[in-house]
Amino acid sequence: MELPSLSEEEWTAIRLSLKVASVAVIASLPLGVLVAYLLARKRFWGHALLNGIVHLPLILPPVVTGYLLLIAFGRRGFIGSFLESTFGLILSFRWTGAALACAVMGFPLMVRSIRLSIEAVDLKLEEAARTLGASPVMVFLTVTLPLMLPGIIAGLVLAFAKAMGEFGATITFVSNIPGETQTLSAAIYTFTQVPGGDAGALRLTVISIVISMAALLLSEALARRVGKRIEAE
Amino acid sequence: MTFAVEIRHSQGDFRIEADFTSEGGVTALFGRSGSGKTSVLRIVGGLVRPDHGRIIVGDQVLLDTSKGICLPPHRRGLGYVFQEPRLFPHLTVRQNLNYGQWFAGSRSSFADPEKIIAILGLEALLPRRPGSLSGGEKQRVAIGRALLASPRILLMDEPLSALDEARKAEILPYIERLRDELNLPILYVSHSVSEVARLADRVVAMADGRVTGIGNASEILGIQTVATGRESGSVLEGLVRLQGEDPDLAAIALRGCRLFVPRGDLHEGQKLRVHIPAREVLLATSEPHGISALNVLKGEIRSMTGSDGGAVDIALRCGEEVLRARITGLSAKRMDLMVGQSIHAIIKTVALDPSGRAR
Repeated sequence: MELPSLSEEEWTAIRLSLKVASVAVIASLPLGVLVAYLLARKRFWGHALLNGIVHLPLILPPVVTGYLLLIAFGRRGFIGSFLESTFGLILSFRWTGAALACAVMGFPLMVRSIRLSIEAVDLKLEEAARTLGASPVMVFLTVTLPLMLPGIIAGLVLAFAKAMGEFGATITFVSNIPGETQTLSAAIYTFTQVPGGDAGALRLTVISIVISMAALLLSEALARRVGKRIEAE
Repeated sequence: MTFAVEIRHSQGDFRIEADFTSEGGVTALFGRSGSGKTSVLRIVGGLVRPDHGRIIVGDQVLLDTSKGICLPPHRRGLGYVFQEPRLFPHLTVRQNLNYGQWFAGSRSSFADPEKIIAILGLEALLPRRPGSLSGGEKQRVAIGRALLASPRILLMDEPLSALDEARKAEILPYIERLRDELNLPILYVSHSVSEVARLADRVVAMADGRVTGIGNASEILGIQTVATGRESGSVLEGLVRLQGEDPDLAAIALRGCRLFVPRGDLHEGQKLRVHIPAREVLLATSEPHGISALNVLKGEIRSMTGSDGGAVDIALRCGEEVLRARITGLSAKRMDLMVGQSIHAIIKTVALDPSGRAR
């Protein structure tokens, strides 16, 4: 079978999806680590509330999440108008908004995975590091963080996969603008809505499978390398 | 480096009260499990903040609750060796050893790393990862790691208790070399009479969270017979006297008597402490002939006390030394033993604790 070539619009959708997903996971990673650390290690007032808010995107209909984002981050939303007047940053109907939507949707998965890895880190090792002269921050950077690396990688991959497949919240928040917010999923959806679009939808579906598979294999390879280095005593 | 510790602390219903000082050398916190010795060590190390307390090392105050001073563990400059090695699995042995040095900063290093690595025999392990080491090797690396951070005191929490006898015997000589060659004060928590007898210059005995006695090893360990059960015995100290031409035998000159031990690599004039478990001492009313034991000491029964399980603990005076023996109540009755009676104590040579012999 002849390999069907991709149109310029299709390439654009693929590139955009990769960009949106990458920016989404990388930008949300520091916050993900922080929130996971708080949830795993600290007991504070509002612990259950924070946990609930983090998990909300997982249980709410994506459309609801997208609509909430639109209310808050739209140009007239209270955060959106602040961002625009202070930083000149506009999210609604831009690819940056798509990245925000993807980050929010992938956040619970990322936090869950990182939190599990933090809980698996032996507190006794951190105690030993303290007695060797490391301040709490240095203990985190030199002991806790390296030991939770497998969980961070897993969290990144899960969130990336979620971001690549995100549809509902994105289309609600930033619509479906070719070249700006039309990601892979939105492009496939668009193809299915027009007569004769099956071939295009199928091509993008194959691409989508290839990207997801590649990400999974890459993460497995990384996790194996890291895991070998820190295998438990 | 001297240090002083004064602690009042409650953990639930358990109260800890401990006051002691050290002029250097090895100070053992000695007692059964649950006597609060590990809690005291954790408080000294800064891992637990006590209700009330004062800890002074040299001229630095690490803790003074009345003045609101409580240095966090990373600023106390103390080395801590835990029961388990607690090596960092993501670092090599060399990186584990260097870990503390990264933070020691300007604090002057008291010993060069090469020497410590040599004393602990770690050269061959440096490129390896902790996962591939044996239990004894791991604990040696843990000791080295604590030392390379240049601590002012080394805190050791039963560092040998997780190891089997062979591994213990492997590590004890290393700790003795640290004591003798680095001139570093060590606070050593243990419930083992033989370890404490072998290592400690000064013993702080603890029971139920309180200090029950402070003194040198032979004083305290002798008193502790009841407290320590199966391991009770005598701790004797003397100088090694080589026996002329004999390549296999050495004597330890005690006060008014002497013990023969295999010569090994002992040298003339060396100070040696030995632990003789009470159950390794046989008694005979007349002088035995034709037996394989090297040591037969003539003595007099000073006291007899029945202990649990029908055994009788007997204290003998041999010369100026006190030797403890434990025999069954039945034997005591058959032999018709009584206080003041003269008696022969037979000590199997192998029953002598191999203290310091590896030095």
